Amino acid sequence: MKQLVVLGAGTAGTIAVNKLLPRLAPGEWKITMVDQSPDHIYQPGFLFIPFGTYQPAEVVKPKEQFIPAGVELVLAEVDRVDAEANVVRLVAGRELAYDYLIIASGTTPRPDQTPGMDDPEVWRKSVHEFYTLEGATALHEALEAFTGGRLVVHITEMPIKCPVAPLEFTFLADAYFKERGIRDQVELIYVTPLEGAFTKPVCSTKLGGMLDVRQITLEPDFMIERVDAAARMIVSMDEREIPFDLLVTVPLNMGADFVARSGLGNELNYVPVDKHTLLSKAYDNIFAIGDASDIPASKAGSVAHFSMDLFPENFLNHVAGRPMTAMFDGHANCFIESGDGKGLLIDFNYTTEPMPGKYPLPGVGPFTLLAETQTNHWGKLMFRWMYWNLLLPGKDLPLPALMSMAGKRTEG
Amino acid sequence: MSVATIEGYEVHVNEEGFLTEYDEWNETLALKLAENIGVEMTDRHWEIVRWLRADFKEQGETATTRRTQTVGGFPTKEQFELFPKKPAKKMAYIAGLPKPHGCV
Repeated sequence: MKQLVVLGAGTAGTIAVNKLLPRLAPGEWKITMVDQSPDHIYQPGFLFIPFGTYQPAEVVKPKEQFIPAGVELVLAEVDRVDAEANVVRLVAGRELAYDYLIIASGTTPRPDQTPGMDDPEVWRKSVHEFYTLEGATALHEALEAFTGGRLVVHITEMPIKCPVAPLEFTFLADAYFKERGIRDQVELIYVTPLEGAFTKPVCSTKLGGMLDVRQITLEPDFMIERVDAAARMIVSMDEREIPFDLLVTVPLNMGADFVARSGLGNELNYVPVDKHTLLSKAYDNIFAIGDASDIPASKAGSVAHFSMDLFPENFLNHVAGRPMTAMFDGHANCFIESGDGKGLLIDFNYTTEPMPGKYPLPGVGPFTLLAETQTNHWGKLMFRWMYWNLLLPGKDLPLPALMSMAGKRTEG
Repeated sequence: MSVATIEGYEVHVNEEGFLTEYDEWNETLALKLAENIGVEMTDRHWEIVRWLRADFKEQGETATTRRTQTVGGFPTKEQFELFPKKPAKKMAYIAGLPKPHGCV
């Protein structure tokens, strides 16, 4: 029997197994998944927890619920992959031999990588993040207690998971303080290492305009050197200082440490792969999927989802010694919450930047691209149901895996 | 994309003035490119630019500031001192490479 080991039972790993299993010949494969946590977290929900829209319990379900029968889930930490010997060694001592390995161990915020950021004097007190359940919950308490002052939203370095999330957080914070009647007591500053509000030109202009309208100050080209905990300010590599009363940062994102220990990662522990097939550049029997790979696409659930639509076909062809023919295009599709019950939708890939127009979706859509509408906001909220009930179980969604130009306006 | 003449060399550039053909670059050109953006090239500047060129040849993409630090051994802080404000962009521009895409 062939052994397939999947490291990580998050969004990408779970979808991959659910899509792959029905296509594998019965009795020929043993699939083992390894993950440290028994909990599957609906990560888009992190954005809403600080504002009290979602409660922590609403975004967590047991991983077991989404792992198909016959697949073993091992709750353990990975020590390292010995790619020459085709063996995964777990910290607890167990060894898992594999014929094929899928690395789906994602990306994690690492406040320890910026001097002063995780200083116990300030961490989870005046310095927060919202990419973990613990962090989003602590930030909720901090926001409730916040009565005015300088709120600085900050990105440490690209790439980050869900690159639109810090902008969404900023828009929602603006709406939240208005709702509480203290917006005029709050100075909102958006600090980014990028040249503008976002990465892609058309989108960056549109989103930058949305910051202006809300009187949110944009501080671009800011590469952080350290957090000065005592003085409560962030300091850049070129000695710019930004004081804060409350800092909401997106810490440096890195892939799993075992990837580095195994010699399989780049400088941020992401696994170099072919960007169209997700096959490792170093080993012919290792794939890296979801946020764990180094593909130049957004680190986002939608990218994991679209790429996994194509993955089973490629995997089966590769295992059978045939060429892989399904070429992933970097397709991403993100709802952007903009506050006051509205949102935007962007749809893009490796080569086409987000543009305005309509996003056709039979039965529910069309959604409006790159403009604020209520339908987009409801689309985002509806998505939680789709995630648990359709996406993770590997069912087909009525969305094309590859980006389509239908409805998009390309002029200008 | 268009063709520009820099220091007597005909080169292909994109809308932001970045060279688009790896092999059209040379050090005379780089001096002029540096001058265009107010950078005075010292030995250390050249070390970084030459490393970026070599790394691109191997990797097929431009190193980010982080890679330039961890793999190339040039501290990010120093990159900011040598190429003020926007080191990633300025280094790529002078080295005749595409802007690095840490940003998607």
